[in-house]
Amino acid sequence: MKNRLKVLRAMRDWSQADLAEKLEVSRQSVNAIETGKYDPSLPLAFRIADLFGLPIEEIFERGE
Amino acid sequence: MPATIKNPAARRYTLRLFVLMTAYVLLLIFAKWMFKRGFAEGALGYVLAVLPALPIIGVFWAVMRLLVEQTDEYLRMLLVRQCLFATGFALVVTTIREWLQNFDMIAAGDAGFGAAFFWFAGLGLGALFNKLTIGDAGWDGGCK
Repeated sequence: MKNRLKVLRAMRDWSQADLAEKLEVSRQSVNAIETGKYDPSLPLAFRIADLFGLPIEEIFERGE
Repeated sequence: MPATIKNPAARRYTLRLFVLMTAYVLLLIFAKWMFKRGFAEGALGYVLAVLPALPIIGVFWAVMRLLVEQTDEYLRMLLVRQCLFATGFALVVTTIREWLQNFDMIAAGDAGFGAAFFWFAGLGLGALFNKLTIGDAGWDGGCK
């Protein structure tokens, strides 16, 4: 699954650690999601969407 | 090991591991001491022989508690993969050894390297497997 997490994070000038703290997950998790190594669960995807104030489909899209 | 562990589940696991390993050393020394002096007669012998196994069983419990208490789903996924790898590794090694022994190709007994030893070794190899396949060995000590 592709995602725009890195772009959205950069637009807000947040580091991976900043985003991890806001989401209450590890920095490793943020890095794994950004690089497409890990697809988050629906609850975490909703938390990410809520944090950026965007619908999930504007952050995550289908794809390898 | 990092000076401070921010992840509460990992902090509890580390503390449990320390307590269990300390108990293991003390119980092993105590059991050996009792056997050496001939105090391990009858039923007491069975109890003393099992005593050092209890903290090892406790480590299995601690790892499973870490799985339950780890709130970070990515780190939990890595640990699940590690545990599955460790279980498979321990089963493979002990099964092969058993069949080598069945056909008298190697001596009976495990020379102190039982299933638990291979499971713990498998956890380490599982972390390596995660590193090679996902790029992350697991909890790095600095996570929330």
